[in-house]
Amino acid sequence: MGQKITIEPVTRVEGHGKVTIHLDNEGKVEQTRLHIVEFRGFERFVQGRPYWEMPVLVQRLCGICPVSHHLAAAKALDVIVGAGTGEGLTPTGEKMRRLMHYGQIFQSHSLHFFHLASPDLLFGIDADPLKRNIINVAIQHRDLAVQGVMMRKYGQEVIKATAGKKIHGTGAIAGGINKHLTEEEREYLLHGDEYMDIDKMISWSQDALEFFKDYHKKNKALIDGFAEFPGSHLSLVRKDGALDLYHGVLRAVDAEGKKILHDVDYQDYYKYIDEEVRSWSYMKFPYLKEIGKASGWYTVGPLARMNTAEFIDTPLAQKEFEYFKQYNEGKPSHKPMHAHWARLIEILHAAEKIKQLLNDPDLMEGELVTKGTKQFEGVGLIEAPRGTLFHHYKIGENDMITMANLIVSTTNNNQPMNEAVNQVAVKVMTGRKEITEGMMNAVEVAIRAYDPCLSCATHALGKMPLEFEVYDRYNNLIERKFRH
Amino acid sequence: MSKAIIATTSLAGCFGCHMSLLDIDDRILELIELVEFNKSPVDDIKKFTKKCDIGLIEGGCCNSENVHVLKEFREHCRILVSVGECAIMGGLPAMRNGIPIRECFEEAYLNCLTVVGNEAGIIPNDPELPMLLDMVYPCHEIVKIDYFLPGCPPRADLIWEALVALVTGDEMKLPYEVVKFD
Repeated sequence: MGQKITIEPVTRVEGHGKVTIHLDNEGKVEQTRLHIVEFRGFERFVQGRPYWEMPVLVQRLCGICPVSHHLAAAKALDVIVGAGTGEGLTPTGEKMRRLMHYGQIFQSHSLHFFHLASPDLLFGIDADPLKRNIINVAIQHRDLAVQGVMMRKYGQEVIKATAGKKIHGTGAIAGGINKHLTEEEREYLLHGDEYMDIDKMISWSQDALEFFKDYHKKNKALIDGFAEFPGSHLSLVRKDGALDLYHGVLRAVDAEGKKILHDVDYQDYYKYIDEEVRSWSYMKFPYLKEIGKASGWYTVGPLARMNTAEFIDTPLAQKEFEYFKQYNEGKPSHKPMHAHWARLIEILHAAEKIKQLLNDPDLMEGELVTKGTKQFEGVGLIEAPRGTLFHHYKIGENDMITMANLIVSTTNNNQPMNEAVNQVAVKVMTGRKEITEGMMNAVEVAIRAYDPCLSCATHALGKMPLEFEVYDRYNNLIERKFRH
Repeated sequence: MSKAIIATTSLAGCFGCHMSLLDIDDRILELIELVEFNKSPVDDIKKFTKKCDIGLIEGGCCNSENVHVLKEFREHCRILVSVGECAIMGGLPAMRNGIPIRECFEEAYLNCLTVVGNEAGIIPNDPELPMLLDMVYPCHEIVKIDYFLPGCPPRADLIWEALVALVTGDEMKLPYEVVKFD
């Protein structure tokens, strides 16, 4: 667990995420900051590269959900090659990409729930960190571990069948896709063996939801009462208001659920969203222009999607969605631990979608690519597992990239995470000069609820190593601790 | 025989190599019979608690912190393995090597289309942020590396075969399908 670390020599170990807390003389919290400390420079170094490289190049931002970057880049290039802004692909092109994306949602959410969240739920947030991990889950709850491992594998196999490779594949190209699904691949994913079976995946997804709901009943204080961070939520939704993880219009709702961004075409995203630069973090701070820097921030991700969408177009997930909505009395949920619940509803939705698609003959035959008139600019958005992901490219006469703008999911959650850190710190630290283990734990749980993918900004499998520093009013370092 | 002890880290990488390690799927259950994990993002152990037999390094070095962590791994691990293109040759992040770092910053924080209110010209430079290196460096230019596993990412079977060979001392099986790059 957290231990006292001296300032010299530099013992900052992969300090991907770092929290600093400043106290005044009376021990009141004056300032809190969550710093993101890595910088890559993608926007600049992709300039001068041919546009068609983007889907394979930019996905190397993140190996945890590379398909999201792969598809967001491909969607932006669809516009550039004149294949329309989302509805112009051939049925085969769109459905193969959707299958890839649902495979990705399925594997990434399974990874988060089983590998990362389940140790907290099974062993308790205060359990010994040496024991609170997936390895110990495998030792003590073997069935659950096998389920998690095989669900993730299933999603990865869907990606391999559509992208050629489990990580950093090549399936999506400007204007479509580069392959059909073969009969063998279809059969393997429908009923391949004991585990490679879509019906089993659907039933396991339901089991996971039951596990969570049962846990929720027994642990209401943790799931409902841990903290509450009211704010706005943003995501893509289908034009009719349905949850759609691959394509849609941009919608935001305020804390009460009132629409504040009215289903706009995302090609114009930059008319609605700006980013603030602060000197103490490499990650920028997006906000809705109309509302302004101070309170225009918003949250993205599974919970945000439950709050923006009106319904889900697959029957089993819709039933769970209705129960979720009913539980929250039709209002947006601002309870960070409800994100686990939302994630599990999306796992079920993704499994249902995969089954629908596998039974669709369009995957096996039909035109792969749409061609059109070249454009010089394109925007591609997708609902990545962790939220809305923005890719925007411009090209020159010779087809080389001249501008790239990327707003990744976790960047959208920058201000909400900082708000969460501040609230928790004020709540548990006011009047105290020593950082207790409990306080660090509370801050970490608050941040982890956002499932920050810090590889798109730096990431440690959801368990972000945190460094805490507390300063007095004269900026003297009082205390420094680490927590992993 | 006591279990071999393994540590892993991601420096300037994307975590894809760690994901590929997880892609050994149910063999993970075999792996934990074979080895004990120490400092690694797959568990909650943040600092080395003992000497390790094998260190797996993902990613090259792009800032002072990466260098610090890499040196610490060399110190604590008997065998150090560069896993994937970024550790071996800087990989994709090294695409910035031909470009002055200032231009990368300006593109992200000043010229960016969605950064309109930055009249003050703020570029993040807080003392809390680690110093960026002039270029992205492969790991073997910083410390001695014992083995290299190529691929972006190296496929799960290659990582598995290499680990089993290192732990058991048996010769590694290297069929063509396993070593070919992308």
